[in-house]
Amino acid sequence: MKANCWMGRNSVEVTEVPDPKILNSRDAIVRITSAAICGSDLHMYDGYIPTMKKGDILGHEFMGEVVEVGPEVTDLRPGDRVVVPFPIACGRCWACEHELYSVCENSNPNAGLAEKFMGHSPAGIFGYSHMLGGYAGGQAEYARVPFADFGPLKVDGDLSDEQVLFLSDILPTGYMAAEMCDISPGDVVAVWGAGPVGQFAVVSAYLLGAEQVICIDRFSYRLRRIHEHTGAEIVDYEEVDVMEALKEMTAGRGPDACIDAVGMEAHHPTGPIHAYDRAKQATRMETDRPHALREAIMACRNGGIVSSVGGYGGFVDKFPMGSFMNRSLTMRSAQCHVQRYMRPLLERIRRGDLDPTFVISHRMPLEEAPQGFELFKSKRDECNKVVLTP
Amino acid sequence: MNRHHDPITKRLADLLGWASLGLGATQLAAPRAVCRLAGLDDSALAQTIVPIVGLRELLHAALLLGVRNPIPGVWSRVAGDAMDLTVMGRALVSRDSGRRQRATAATAVLVAITAVDLYAATRTLRRREGGEHAMELHAAITINRPRREVYRYWHDFTNLPRFMAHLESVEVKGKTRSHWKVRGPVRWSIEWDAEIVEDLPDELIAWQSMSRADVPNAGAVHFADAPGERGTELRVNLAYDPPAGKVGAAFAKLLGEHPEQQVRDDLRRLKQVMEAGEVVRSEGSPEGAYAIRQVRQRPAQPLPVG
Repeated sequence: MKANCWMGRNSVEVTEVPDPKILNSRDAIVRITSAAICGSDLHMYDGYIPTMKKGDILGHEFMGEVVEVGPEVTDLRPGDRVVVPFPIACGRCWACEHELYSVCENSNPNAGLAEKFMGHSPAGIFGYSHMLGGYAGGQAEYARVPFADFGPLKVDGDLSDEQVLFLSDILPTGYMAAEMCDISPGDVVAVWGAGPVGQFAVVSAYLLGAEQVICIDRFSYRLRRIHEHTGAEIVDYEEVDVMEALKEMTAGRGPDACIDAVGMEAHHPTGPIHAYDRAKQATRMETDRPHALREAIMACRNGGIVSSVGGYGGFVDKFPMGSFMNRSLTMRSAQCHVQRYMRPLLERIRRGDLDPTFVISHRMPLEEAPQGFELFKSKRDECNKVVLTP
Repeated sequence: MNRHHDPITKRLADLLGWASLGLGATQLAAPRAVCRLAGLDDSALAQTIVPIVGLRELLHAALLLGVRNPIPGVWSRVAGDAMDLTVMGRALVSRDSGRRQRATAATAVLVAITAVDLYAATRTLRRREGGEHAMELHAAITINRPRREVYRYWHDFTNLPRFMAHLESVEVKGKTRSHWKVRGPVRWSIEWDAEIVEDLPDELIAWQSMSRADVPNAGAVHFADAPGERGTELRVNLAYDPPAGKVGAAFAKLLGEHPEQQVRDDLRRLKQVMEAGEVVRSEGSPEGAYAIRQVRQRPAQPLPVG
């Protein structure tokens, strides 16, 4: 089959690889009909995620048709149409029983490796480094899906691929970011990052009752897209001082909750500060550049909530602990517990509460994945979200 | 690997460390005074050697005081003593009478120190009393299943190869006796008979190899309720004497067979089998959690057919 493989820094290639086969009794093989490129795929593309290996198949946002199931997968049949959640979860450990699927205790066969980096191991993830399991990803014609009796969501034919594909990651991730803000009437929510996850966080914050949502980015086409779709206020951090703007908009209080939908490769409008973190990251003195997180903490109102769903890999510098502690802030964070949100969000899509397709800017065949990565990274051609079809 | 050193050896190593620090500092700060004391004040060469020896003393001190394991520090001191005795022996021959007296006294002190170093060094080789094994491993895990079920699963020794990576088979030969077969690090296999020496239902199983085993070994597994209905806390102690002793153990480690990691991975696989029903496999780790795989992953793409 054809698959999009990581070949090194700034290099992916669509090559011929062996077809997947059932390895375990709870596996299924899925023929992929749609797969997306995620912003977090760019962290690997840029070479910032440790424990990658040449030839790794990328992709953790995918859906398709079941073609084969292991003997213990009784609720799926060949022909079923499924969306596959990106965290691999067994459904039976303590974490899964408590709906903490992205920290499933059993799904990472390389847990020993992850423990060295993080203390304890999170769940395995499709196509997302060997530290997180060494699983082949879904930017391919077929994929093996472990614990297929638990994770994948069956979808009827009345909804298109594009309407449900993002249930695999970015829609639940954006939704969870907003849910972690404990939004109550009158709340103002600020969202750093107007990429697809940030856009879904804005949509979700409104769904959950926010009075006002403010989105911060430097790409005007992305800010425009979210403003047109939701009416959210927008702040271009290259044009205005974010702290000043947020204080002005909230009459000095600061946003009640701040969402970091940026993560480890943030930019800073002040050249020297950006260069400082860039240099430390390049020399691996810090693995992550946390400008957005730092600013979210500084901007948040006293006693407010900072919700972080941007991808981080390792360690950050200059974490404003003094501001965080003295001002009684709360921080919440996670890789999204996707399985928790798939069904309720599918219902919302079906009811017409939300239409996830507005984030898509590019559709291309799987063969063109390398061009897709380049477009998405360079933000050329107003690239917002790329969907691949094998 | 947990090798415990008795408190006396540790205290001795600390003392030697501070002595090295003091002597090294003196040799560096006042090489002339040291030369005079040792009766070497007529030698220009000695004036340059003494500060170098001082630096070496600081290295001993760093090893003895800065590292938890006293073995390298103590043995480095023995090597240093041999060096110093050689130098003093040669110096004694060519000294005039006044200086020879001081040199002889210095050499006598050196011999006494060497004796202390040797004593400390031999202590580090000693095993603790009572048939202690060269390699002792400990690991623990929480399994989200009732204690009785976990105990029963382990008690059926034929289940063990399902989650212990190196175990090829276990054959139960009676109420307490069983025959074990293991794959060694370099593909030779080792077999032995074992017997259960203690068995408290739902609490403890302890076993040990019977006499004439090539690799004498023993193990115990404890089962306890985890708090708040979190399942079962399982704690394992394993002890064995690897072939060729510590050298064999170090060699196995070089091949990527880190024993402690292996035991942890074995327990992880047990947890997977008991909770998820199977050993979890990925394309990068097709055998499942496996210590040696952590350093030699295959690319995350499907295995070739066949």
